[in-house]
Amino acid sequence: MKPIAWISVNVFRESVRDKVLYNLVAFAVLMMGASYVIGQLTAGQDVKIIKDLGLAAIDVFGLFIAVFIGIGLVSKEVERRSIYGLLAKPVERYQLVLGKYVGLVLTLVVNIAVMSAALYLVLVYVAARFPPEVQAVWDAPALDPKLLVAIALTVVELMLVTAIALFFSTFSTPMLSAAMTFGLFVAGHFSDDLKQFDQVVESVAAQKLTEVVYWVLPNLSPFDVTARVVHGDAVGRGYFAVTVLYGLAYIAMLLVASILIFSRRDFK
Amino acid sequence: MTKHERVESRRPASLLSGLFAAALLMAAVIGLQYIRETRYPDRQIADDALYLTSGTVLKHLAIAYQPLLADVYWIRAVQYYGGTRKQLDPNATGGSPPPSTRPGPGRYALLYPLLDITTTLDPKFNIAYRFGSIFLAEPPPGGPGEPDHAVQLLEKGLRENPGKWQYMQDIGFVYYWWRHDYATAASWFNRGAEVPGAPWWLKSLAASTLAAGGDRRSARLMWEVIRESAEIDWLRHDADRQLAQLQALDEIDALNAAIDRYAQRTGKAPASWADMIAEGVLRGVPVDPAGTAYALEGGRAMLARTSPLWPPPADVAGSRP
Repeated sequence: MKPIAWISVNVFRESVRDKVLYNLVAFAVLMMGASYVIGQLTAGQDVKIIKDLGLAAIDVFGLFIAVFIGIGLVSKEVERRSIYGLLAKPVERYQLVLGKYVGLVLTLVVNIAVMSAALYLVLVYVAARFPPEVQAVWDAPALDPKLLVAIALTVVELMLVTAIALFFSTFSTPMLSAAMTFGLFVAGHFSDDLKQFDQVVESVAAQKLTEVVYWVLPNLSPFDVTARVVHGDAVGRGYFAVTVLYGLAYIAMLLVASILIFSRRDFK
Repeated sequence: MTKHERVESRRPASLLSGLFAAALLMAAVIGLQYIRETRYPDRQIADDALYLTSGTVLKHLAIAYQPLLADVYWIRAVQYYGGTRKQLDPNATGGSPPPSTRPGPGRYALLYPLLDITTTLDPKFNIAYRFGSIFLAEPPPGGPGEPDHAVQLLEKGLRENPGKWQYMQDIGFVYYWWRHDYATAASWFNRGAEVPGAPWWLKSLAASTLAAGGDRRSARLMWEVIRESAEIDWLRHDADRQLAQLQALDEIDALNAAIDRYAQRTGKAPASWADMIAEGVLRGVPVDPAGTAYALEGGRAMLARTSPLWPPPADVAGSRP
């Protein structure tokens, strides 16, 4: 376990050195700017729009971190030939893969935690502009704890995207890994359409194929509950638990596959 | 003095001259822009274009960011409505609308599609449905005068949120206020009243609409409800204005009764408010809730055309208070 922790802390430190945390400044500027401008543009929907914007920004910033750092986690070490030095140390290959993954997840979690705190601060500021009688008719209170459910599911979704990026990183080039990870991210949000493909094609073979693709591809749309929480709708505990378990199982499968591929790679 | 010393002594001077040159060039840039804008003003091109009209297509294009795209379309709808209303409303522009922007077919043409897209992207966007019901139904210049679209939008909202008695109340309101179809309005109020959690007064609103459709009491109750539940300032201000109009109608009734008393006493209709004040029928020149003096024309009191409350709502103007 110690090498995994050691590698993950180093990945975190490296991301800090790479100025990844600068995105927090961008997030803060975006939210502060939006909190001022939105009030001038829209009619009384400031809090709902700030919530939508904040949750989407957390997702987008997290996605870029997950993809652009994830794709280089292993391939960068191979390209720079630093992999030889690493493997010469008493570190197993599976420990290297897991350490890299945990390090990037740590970076993501720290980023998202700070962005979430900033979002709540902006919501406090925006809500203070409205009298209590106006707040009383809102679908959901400004500081709704249900937002945390959406953020938690976003974290699991991004952990899954990180695992996908790491998986491609073990055998492909960074450019190709980025393209394939983004492709899977988009396809993962269209899973429901794949499910209904049998209604638009007549070929039984095509129907079976899309059915297989539907079950095999990561289904990312269940992780997106923004539309529900911003309107104050509760996300059931069962739904939350099954979705998180699905994400964790998929991540575990991808990590196992990544370890298998990486363990068999010849770096001569 | 060595060459190096000469260069060093010239440095502050060259910095100053550089700053001066930059400031001069900046002034020239601003001046040229001013000349271009005054001599060759931009021609305003109508922005009545909606390139993607299918909410379903946009839903797919938005991937995981549908609520955010719904917000973008909502902001666009609000800006479009506000901008068009400002163009068309003489009070907002400080005079008659220019001929090219007079109300007519095509005005507010994008309001319904924008609201439809917004609610397709976010089917629970409560305010978009309610905004639609009030403003889509309002006649020009305040809106496009499309009560059918208003009902269509609210029915879409009900399909997505079957328990929303507020939408049933709003549909009833559209039938009551803009279609004067009191039986259908009452049936919608009744439907809303049957939803668990609906307020008790919906039932009495249904009964009074059915019994005395078009009376001011029902109208006042409805506008009060809208004002209380309004989430946006525009709705609240609109409800305030409508309530002020209803109050003005009550006051006009009282003034006409006073005019009748004056006529009975003197045998002639008053020529001005001053006649009635001199006779002791009135204490001063009567003003409407917006602070404008009522007009006295042909021996009858009425809202002045200069009043912000003009024109009075026609459907309840002649009805019982």
